[in-house]
Amino acid sequence: MRTPTSKAAAALAAAALALAACSTPGGDESVPGVTDDTVTIGTHQPLTGPAAAGYSTISAATAAYFAYVNANGGINGREIEYLVKDDAYDPAATQTAVRELVTEEEVFAIVNGLGTPTHSAVLDYLDQQGVPDLFVSSGSLTWNQPDVYDNTFAFNADYVTEGAALAQYAVEQDPGAVVCVLGQDDDYGEGVIEGVETVVGSNEIAEVQTYSVSSEDLTAQLGAMMAAGCEVNVLGTINGFTAMAVGTAAQMEWFPRWYVSSSGADYPTLAGYLGEDLAPVLLQGMVSVNYLPFSPGGEWVSLFEEINAEYNDGAPFTGNTVFGMSVGYLFCEALAAAGDDPTRESLVAAVESGDLVGNGIVPLSYSGDDHAAYRAVGVTVVNEGVQDYVGATYEVSAGRVTAIEPSPVPLENEGIPGE
Amino acid sequence: MSTPLRALLLTVLAIGGTFGLDPFRNYQLATAAACFAAVAGLTVLVGLTGQLSLGHAVLMAAGGYGFASAASAVDGPWPVALLAGLVAAAAASGALGLLLGAAAARLRGPYLAGLTLALVIALPAAANTLPLGGDQGVRAPFLPVPEPLAALIAVEQWHAWLAIATAAVAVTPLVMLRNGRAGLRMRAVLDDETASRLSGVDPGPVKAGAFAASAVPAGLGGAALAIATQQVTPGGYGLGFSLLLVVAAVAGGLGSIGGAAIGAVLVTVLPWGLDELAALAPDGLGRRLDGNLAVLLFGAGLIALTTAWPGGAARLLDRLRAARPLRLATPSTTTER
Repeated sequence: MRTPTSKAAAALAAAALALAACSTPGGDESVPGVTDDTVTIGTHQPLTGPAAAGYSTISAATAAYFAYVNANGGINGREIEYLVKDDAYDPAATQTAVRELVTEEEVFAIVNGLGTPTHSAVLDYLDQQGVPDLFVSSGSLTWNQPDVYDNTFAFNADYVTEGAALAQYAVEQDPGAVVCVLGQDDDYGEGVIEGVETVVGSNEIAEVQTYSVSSEDLTAQLGAMMAAGCEVNVLGTINGFTAMAVGTAAQMEWFPRWYVSSSGADYPTLAGYLGEDLAPVLLQGMVSVNYLPFSPGGEWVSLFEEINAEYNDGAPFTGNTVFGMSVGYLFCEALAAAGDDPTRESLVAAVESGDLVGNGIVPLSYSGDDHAAYRAVGVTVVNEGVQDYVGATYEVSAGRVTAIEPSPVPLENEGIPGE
Repeated sequence: MSTPLRALLLTVLAIGGTFGLDPFRNYQLATAAACFAAVAGLTVLVGLTGQLSLGHAVLMAAGGYGFASAASAVDGPWPVALLAGLVAAAAASGALGLLLGAAAARLRGPYLAGLTLALVIALPAAANTLPLGGDQGVRAPFLPVPEPLAALIAVEQWHAWLAIATAAVAVTPLVMLRNGRAGLRMRAVLDDETASRLSGVDPGPVKAGAFAASAVPAGLGGAALAIATQQVTPGGYGLGFSLLLVVAAVAGGLGSIGGAAIGAVLVTVLPWGLDELAALAPDGLGRRLDGNLAVLLFGAGLIALTTAWPGGAARLLDRLRAARPLRLATPSTTTER
């Protein structure tokens, strides 16, 4: 068999080399994902798996907003095609999903990839491929490294900012309270802890507890916090674990004050976990921070509710809906600003220009040397089942917390950005 | 043809094959090569010594963590970092394999399966307790395409090359081991432990050694995966993945290296293909089933496959080369119960 096999192998190898063009990089002049009448973008989201219950509705809301924009003529005459890939909150799956989006679907940009561990897995890859990586759905500081990752931009207020603002409000409300923190054992929890420490002083947190996403209950953590006499519990937890923490404490007949980071404090989502009858009682007075316009009855919420009813089959309207649509709005604004013939470079330049205003209650802070979205947050409180801003707004910079006035962006042109 | 020569030929052929694939397929090929190394280790372990391990994903993870930490620590040109990483991967997985092997020599059948299963379940907790970066895992260095090749190939293709080469380095010694004296000893132990002891082959060291010998390729597979994905997380080496490796070994045919290659490609491509298929299902049916539609199809396909070819893909290979005078494939072996 020796000779025929070797000959066959040589022939095969030669044939393979002849096909080299299939895999050779470069040589294509057109902009990936952009045609005369469409712009194709992609994202990775936890549609199934442990994080699905809290976050799977975000991409549906974004898609509904894009459908609304497309129905009204698109952006600069182009419709937006939004490809959503499920990664089940598993970094290994994110790798596959994003590579497929970039190499097979040839997307123009990745928008709003969700999760710190998941998106970390593709950060270097996207940077190396030169794909704009816009509005990452996570408050890790990792996304704000313009020197290293020049195409990556954060969307959430970072966790340190949120932790500091929560602690500042807690201290102002009740100067002598015993402050404790329960955090996720990753960048999220660490960021919140760091933020709280900038206000109360390092090593001044009475009790710090952590959990991992794979854990099944929080009894040990909350038992320790109860034993330490905690009065204000700052939570750096995702929605499911916020509900679990509040529920577990209630089972222990312990009712401390809850100060929760925005990623785990969406009232309608928490009510879904705790039950409609118990949620208003257990979550009464829960303090959180946010930066998006989700005040009930506000003009943005009215618009988003209409879009949700018409383009999202009237899915339950939650903070995730506002989040998803706000991301969509910001992307459309960036795309409109990227010009009639957008390129990956002009899109990134549009975000870095500092001209984008978004729809937040505080100013966007994007610039050439700052890839963070929001450096200020407003405090929200749950009262009788309604979560709304109370007016207190804090800006956090260089380890200092300062009170500022909120500056909400008015709704213009029926929520469709133009030039 | 001698084994190293055959391995070299196949490696060159596989590397040539990457030119025919687009970047995403090359990424999948790199993943399949990584799985191939692990499945080859597993199939030899189960097929030749009858020790059923459900925990080979953990051995892969050990290799991945070893690779990531060593390759990141080395401050030098990329070949040095790569080499250091591979050595560390082999060392980490080999050490863990030896430890497991020591226990395996004293356990049989379901007890060993239970022990290795527990290891997989313990991995997330271990990653949180040991300095392994928790759920977020550790980053492995990104190996860019070397300058002279940069104009010719994409990064996915380069990573596929590295993964294929790593798999070759991992599997070739395993094949030589299997075809040599050690393989004979393993078969002797599998057939009858008392008889093998009577003829001077102590089953304990043979079983422990086989476990370690099967762990090293798995660890190198983990390193290959870390090269392709630049990250090692406990989530990537969960129970599902570990069982998928067993599926690959069974679908390929226990004890057969060629079957392991087929099985590895199968478990890499099939879930992806089924996801695509499930996405075609009407109006979010897949979403309502919470991602279980693809799993369902996969299970059904697997049952059909094992019913149609109980011996796995290796039997098909055997049939194809039935006319050949020299048989390199192992005799049919079964797992002990």
